[in-house]
Amino acid sequence: MKRILALSLALLLTFAAFAGCSGASDNSAGTPASGGTAAAGDSGNAASGDKIIKLGVFESLSGDNGAGGKQETLGWVYANSVQPTIVIGGETYTIVLETVDNESSTDKAPSAAQSLVSRGVSAVLGSYGSAVCIASSAVFDQAGLPMLTVSATNPQVTADNDNVFRLCFLDPFQGTVLADYAYNTLGATNAYVLSKQGDDYSAGLANYFVKHFEELGGKVTDEQFPQGNTDFSSYVANAKAAGAQVFFSPVSTEAASNIIDQANAQALGIPILAGDTWDSNVITQAGKGKDIEVTIDTFYQESGTPFDVAFKEWISADPQRLADNNGDDTLAAFSVMAYDGYFTMLEAIKAADSTDSAAIQAALSGVKYDGQTGAIAFDDTGDALRNSAYIKKVNTTDGTWEFLEVATVG
Amino acid sequence: MDYLPYLLAGVSVGGQYALIAIGYTMVYGILRLINFAHGDIFMAAGLIMIYLCTALPLAVSIPLVLLITVAIGFVIERAAYMPLREAPRMSVMISAIGVSYLIQNLALYLTGGLAKPYISIPWISDTITILGATTRRVTVITPILTILLMIALILLIKKTKIGMAMRAVSRDFDTSRLMGIRVNNVISVTFIIGSLLAAIGSVLYFTNYTAVVPTSGQMPGLKAFVAAVFGGIGSIPGAVLGAFLIGICENLIKSGGGAWTNFSDAFTFVLLIAVLLVRPTGLFAEKKIDKV
Amino acid sequence: MNNIKHRRNKKILTAVNVALLLAIYVAVFVAEQVLPQTSMLFVVLKKGSIYALIAVSMNLLNGFTGLFSLGQAGFMLIGAYVYGIFTIPEEFRQSVYQYFDGGVIHFTVPVVIALVMAGAAAAIFAALIGLPVLRLKSDYLAIATLGFAEILRALFQWKIIGPVTNGSNLLRKFPNFNDFNIKGADGKVAVYLSTLIPFIVAGICILLIVLLIRSSYGRAFRAIRDDEIAAEAMGVNLFKHKQLAFVISSFFAGVGGALLAMYQMAIQANAFTSAMTYEILLIVVIGGLGSVTGSCLGSFLFIAASEWWLRGLDGGTFLGINAPGIFRAGFRKVVFAVIIMLVVLFYRKGIMGDSEFSAKRIAERFRRIFMKRKSKIEVVENE
Repeated sequence: MKRILALSLALLLTFAAFAGCSGASDNSAGTPASGGTAAAGDSGNAASGDKIIKLGVFESLSGDNGAGGKQETLGWVYANSVQPTIVIGGETYTIVLETVDNESSTDKAPSAAQSLVSRGVSAVLGSYGSAVCIASSAVFDQAGLPMLTVSATNPQVTADNDNVFRLCFLDPFQGTVLADYAYNTLGATNAYVLSKQGDDYSAGLANYFVKHFEELGGKVTDEQFPQGNTDFSSYVANAKAAGAQVFFSPVSTEAASNIIDQANAQALGIPILAGDTWDSNVITQAGKGKDIEVTIDTFYQESGTPFDVAFKEWISADPQRLADNNGDDTLAAFSVMAYDGYFTMLEAIKAADSTDSAAIQAALSGVKYDGQTGAIAFDDTGDALRNSAYIKKVNTTDGTWEFLEVATVG
Repeated sequence: MDYLPYLLAGVSVGGQYALIAIGYTMVYGILRLINFAHGDIFMAAGLIMIYLCTALPLAVSIPLVLLITVAIGFVIERAAYMPLREAPRMSVMISAIGVSYLIQNLALYLTGGLAKPYISIPWISDTITILGATTRRVTVITPILTILLMIALILLIKKTKIGMAMRAVSRDFDTSRLMGIRVNNVISVTFIIGSLLAAIGSVLYFTNYTAVVPTSGQMPGLKAFVAAVFGGIGSIPGAVLGAFLIGICENLIKSGGGAWTNFSDAFTFVLLIAVLLVRPTGLFAEKKIDKV
Repeated sequence: MNNIKHRRNKKILTAVNVALLLAIYVAVFVAEQVLPQTSMLFVVLKKGSIYALIAVSMNLLNGFTGLFSLGQAGFMLIGAYVYGIFTIPEEFRQSVYQYFDGGVIHFTVPVVIALVMAGAAAAIFAALIGLPVLRLKSDYLAIATLGFAEILRALFQWKIIGPVTNGSNLLRKFPNFNDFNIKGADGKVAVYLSTLIPFIVAGICILLIVLLIRSSYGRAFRAIRDDEIAAEAMGVNLFKHKQLAFVISSFFAGVGGALLAMYQMAIQANAFTSAMTYEILLIVVIGGLGSVTGSCLGSFLFIAASEWWLRGLDGGTFLGINAPGIFRAGFRKVVFAVIIMLVVLFYRKGIMGDSEFSAKRIAERFRRIFMKRKSKIEVVENE
């Protein structure tokens, strides 16, 4: 029995080894988020002799940032289904998306990035989550691949990284907008800031908020919670004890649902403010029927345009996509940003007129495109020129978003 | 400064750790095995409850969850620990780590890595006000339920035949076998009781902290084990006391604010190391004579 | 007559072992020049060699001395951070330490010195931690070292020492393996050394550990593992030797951590969790407690299986079977966990048990098969 088991294990691994060795050239892994639909589209054409260009989707599909990563992937896949081909040098190429999960972890990200590189992609789309972007940018740089992230807001993502481009606004901007909102609109002079330990995004955004809030003349109590913490009742009590008038918590959606829940259970009583990570129906569902006020700033607000309607229909059409979008068809801003990011990348490929990564990278910096989320153009560091954010709050009766205003700085 | 909200939170989470800690201390007392998978059984109970509640009414789901968790604990013991009964200690511990790894990855695969919201059980998750502090009813129920269960368990161990068998096996494994005690059955009963308590603990815990992720069981499991060591391995009242202490200290540290909140988790380990150095057998351990 | 033959055979066998090792290194070097740089093989080779070093260091502690320690991730963390902090070039410090005004350290040390510093820092921490902890018995030692690793993890993320460690943020832009590639006159890489370097460093460190194990200290370690009381009765100073094993193991874990930093090109304290220690422990057990070659083999197998061969399970197609409903993200890890359980339950001794690879044993086995066949033929002929 033992020998049979050993032999079968060894055989399995050997076959897997051979499959892995040769898989580098013909492995067209379908995107997990789309179930069967996209896979049918992209794996079939490879055999028919059509020319293909591969784009890598590097996302966090599990772990702390799994929810956001899955919603962002929906955007990439939807855009691919809307525009699956591109004309380069007079010939039509089919665009194939290769997806890899970086598990929201900075030590798994480099190896995941390498496996994407080994599949022969021409450019990389993603990721959600500033820390994994920073961690994997060096790997992609070594391989000569350009990387376009649409939701990582930490400045370090593009600083000194020539191959990384970013579509969204940055944390210094976001921190200023939120601090202005807290001080001027909400009239708060005493803020409580709770960020997550070990998360670049959270610590960075908190830092900018604190800096600007104190510049405006407010007082701040700044605390961090350890990763994996689920009990926020003490932090809520801290906020009350400090006499804070606003509770700012730039953290991932996983912690967010706990915070909202416990803030409600303990009758926090003060408005909760957060950054772009909270733009997701996880928050609206958590807030539904509760006595709390949650306000965020983000990249997009859906308003019933034909684009919104078509995207929502596409999501609702497949139960797996609906599950990835957390159960309903509310559009998360990152999904729409990903849609724009895909087309921005296509513009760059068209401008470069080749599948060569270096040419695409050179062309990306000069791209000008009008997307669903606004006009897109990049500056020298690779950041998009964005100076406005949408402020919205949770409608606790319906569990939907309520648009408040557009905030600009400068 | 008003310490009441922190004490309430501490006592509540302490009670939940206590229910897990009892499982650890019982298994360690008999098998000298740190059951790393226990925390993950706790998490699995939470996930199973979520899945059951989408299909069945609450009154059926709760007993069913308890039953299924007990079954899982029993199967793990039979499949992963019993074959290694004669193997050196490290092999069994590796097996426990392997089982923990397996449960976490299965949960990750089945849930897709997203946090699942726990269902809200009426009455116990209602908000109430105690002496000026607003909290959930479950924070008050937990310590009471924990102490009741602890008393029931102590009675079981002191007054029943199976309890006597458990005490005998933890005192001397081989002699008990020679005396005719069915050791395998005793061990299975230990795991069953441990899993049952973990399942009850998970219902209470996740009613308070409503998002369930595959790694939800890791930290509570580790802290519960520290509580078991703190109270004295093999002693159930010790484990419960240790758990309450850890829960309260953790929240008092969080109340300290500023620079120290980083260390709320690390503090548990500082406490552990301090105990191991000063009084290695724990607070309430039985006196053991080390025969040379 | 027999004595001379025995000595000659022994010399031949040592030569064969050395030749095999050299052949591996040459193969790695050649592979790197010939195969495309993007192949996953190099990920496996680089990460495998680094984890092999760390696994051997853990084996020294767990397998050879019998001290069950779960603090490896903490020492890797120290090593990685010390390496990173002291080698980030000055031009990048402002942007990496952007929330701490460029940090307090404004000098850099050469890579080799930084590696030694990384190991030394880990060793110093180990010496301090060992003082209270090594008195405890096996299970308690495991939990105490696990606790220390967690405390270190929280400590390195503390905002107050942020100007040195960068708090919650990543450290990056320090020298990595690709900096060792020799570039030609046109700026393109002429000779690839990025995989050979970790092999060389890991190889030197493992050689040092093997030398230690073969010395009288190694014998003392094994005596402690087999029976502490008897060892003490024989005159082995328990505490001194345990401390030595702990410190040396941590030194190499620190160097391994620094190598890991060079491989990943970005490090964050949050990632050095107890899960990392469990992975190393699994590698040690799969390879065989008490076998250095086992740990090395186990490491390469583990990394290859988890990072490379089984990745198809996440993507929908594996070994030609197309089932995107089952083969989706996360399945790879489940299959991997099941394989680990099978190995742990049915092959407790691991691949190599507690013996090392030796050309002699393989030669013996061939000779025996040959002899059996020869005698079978003789029997048939005689009939």
